[in-house]
Amino acid sequence: MSIGAVVKEPGSSRNNKTGSWRTFKPVKSDKCIQCGICYYFCPEGCISTDIEIDYDYCKGCGICAEECPVKAISMER
Amino acid sequence: MIDIDPKEYLAPGHRACAGCGATIAVRLALKALGPNTVAVSATGCLEVVTSPYPETSWEIPWIHVAFENASAVASGVEEALKAKGKTDTNIIVIGGDGGTTDIGIQSLSGAMERGQNIIYMCYDNEAYMNTGIQRSSSTPFGASTTTSPAGKNSFGENRFKKDMATIMAGHGIPYVATACVSEPQDLMNKVKKAAEAKGPAYIHVLQPCATGWGYDPSKTIKLGKLAVDSKAWVLYEIDNGRINVTKKITNPVPVKDYLSMQKRFKHLTEDKIEIIQKHAEEKYNQLIALSE
Repeated sequence: MSIGAVVKEPGSSRNNKTGSWRTFKPVKSDKCIQCGICYYFCPEGCISTDIEIDYDYCKGCGICAEECPVKAISMER
Repeated sequence: MIDIDPKEYLAPGHRACAGCGATIAVRLALKALGPNTVAVSATGCLEVVTSPYPETSWEIPWIHVAFENASAVASGVEEALKAKGKTDTNIIVIGGDGGTTDIGIQSLSGAMERGQNIIYMCYDNEAYMNTGIQRSSSTPFGASTTTSPAGKNSFGENRFKKDMATIMAGHGIPYVATACVSEPQDLMNKVKKAAEAKGPAYIHVLQPCATGWGYDPSKTIKLGKLAVDSKAWVLYEIDNGRINVTKKITNPVPVKDYLSMQKRFKHLTEDKIEIIQKHAEEKYNQLIALSE
């Protein structure tokens, strides 16, 4: 362990791919109007400003699908 | 399209539960502050999930200290930066409701009273969620927790939630606000105002917690909206002594709609729900009266 438990690599939790936690997977359809609501509300910050979902980290909580105003995201097995 | 800093200052890969409200609050707050920021965390969910050694989710300088002294350490960070001539760096302390309203309140009060130029953000999930849902002084009336369990002789927590924003306002600091993760623009505006304030600022963010409150993780934002729309959680700010309710509720939903979605309130009888309803309305009306 380093002195003071110092971690020198910022953002290194990216090594931990939390996508393996997922049961249901959010899938975006072409109904998406790019409003960005899912971007704001993603607890992982794994939806880009272009509304691309990073499945390496998505835990499948389903907030994006729940909050989407045009029902463009569905949760699939 | 989206007018926001696209950089994530809280990296993914953190171990927060699916649907965590705390990480939403922190992500948005850090986006509002930008890269020139130092964060200090009290012990709590956020600290645990973002720093499993030897990894960190933080993209900005961050230090974890004990429950009791996060504000004291942030004061030290501020003084050290000041001594080095860096006065434009944002310093944000992030503590849970346990670390803020119970254990950290003395060092927080000290930092506020000394006029340290720091932002304190409390992410309030209304109990000690990380250690197994024990009540805190921020647990609301009627909530069942492992140390205020509902049963034959108890209806759960028998005290109203501590009004932390008012306590902070009592220090005469330039900026105090309440926020909720379901209102991201309001939250980020308040964080920006807090950063611009000349002196200490305090923001109390309500964040629904799927694990501790007992609901499906996809409903985190829905619960936040219901809390605000039922007046169970009032969004307001105290900007240099002036009170301003930032979201006025014209068509309130019954507080029952908010309570009934959560396992921790499932046992409540009509008379207890009525008490909560009355309390919420009184609080809201009080704030509206003061804001005019």
